Amino acid sequence: MADSQLPLWEVFTQPGHGEPHEHAGSVHAADAEQAMQNARDVYARRGEAVSLWVVPSDAIVASAPGDAGPFFDPGNDKAYRHPQFYKVPRGVRVF
Amino acid sequence: MTAPSVAGKREEVIANPLFEYLLRLGDDRLVLGHRMSEWCGHGPILEEDIAMANIALDLVGQGSSLLKLAGETEGAGRDEDALAYFRSEPEFRNAQLLELPKGDFAFTMVRQFLFDAFSVLQWDALATCSFAPLAGIAAKALKEDRYHLRHSSDWMLRMGDGTEESHARAQKALNRLWRFTGELFESDAVDAAVHAQGIVVDLAAIQSRWQQTVGDVVGRATLTVPPAGATSSGGRRGRHTESLGHMLAEMQIVARSHPGAKW
Repeated sequence: MADSQLPLWEVFTQPGHGEPHEHAGSVHAADAEQAMQNARDVYARRGEAVSLWVVPSDAIVASAPGDAGPFFDPGNDKAYRHPQFYKVPRGVRVF
Repeated sequence: MTAPSVAGKREEVIANPLFEYLLRLGDDRLVLGHRMSEWCGHGPILEEDIAMANIALDLVGQGSSLLKLAGETEGAGRDEDALAYFRSEPEFRNAQLLELPKGDFAFTMVRQFLFDAFSVLQWDALATCSFAPLAGIAAKALKEDRYHLRHSSDWMLRMGDGTEESHARAQKALNRLWRFTGELFESDAVDAAVHAQGIVVDLAAIQSRWQQTVGDVVGRATLTVPPAGATSSGGRRGRHTESLGHMLAEMQIVARSHPGAKW
């Protein structure tokens, strides 16, 4: 069903300084200022965030479900792609 | 000419001006907060509904802190709930502006803007007053009200400079509300008495800065500041419009039906 409301914005919140911004959800808003205010009211009202990003949803390029195979199937048949494949030589300090 | 003995200006001795002053501050926020809370579940879109409920909660919270402090100042054993739920209409000290029914969205938001622009200036002055408990409440409330002002200013611009319909509704609300704004800047013996106690709020300076802010936002919203005219006031002395009684009946019924109930 078509969305009859204002344009959609994706909201990213940063839970603490130095931490990455994480996707929190989305809001409807007419422009960036209103999106920022709505994001604050919906997702950052109880001290959940120290910083907010809002991004027009249609500015996000998402992978398609059909890409899942070629994009994400792990290359398990190529064991050498995983670090565990390599033995640590004797005498090398393990961190 | 002698002053009429009835309905004239009363020069009564104020027993506890600080208590009176805190009631005025607290009742402004409690009454406006309740009016804003009436939008809960009825907002134009979900996000705005949440925003309005947040603003209402901030205001009721401020009112609660102020009435608690008022009760302690009075020293008669009344807490914030007793003051909010067990006073009748003539005992309320809010400005009439804040008790008017919520009207349409434009009316609510224009009123909120007119009060927010005043409130941030009032808190700014009170944050440095010498009565520490009040200065503390003011510092916290100032942050909240700065956000409220940002929100309501944004709606002023959006409605005024929006569609023909939104512009007309915002202008109509501004015209209707204008005569109630003067009361915010009135001062009397209570203000003078708390001034002597170190609570210094220069209402004339606040009024001139308020006019600047309001003039600027109203202008950018392509709306027109209404001409100066008669002022409606009396709330500070317990004289209210017919709306407050109806509002209090709804606000107080649960507490009065079940006194002392805990939840």
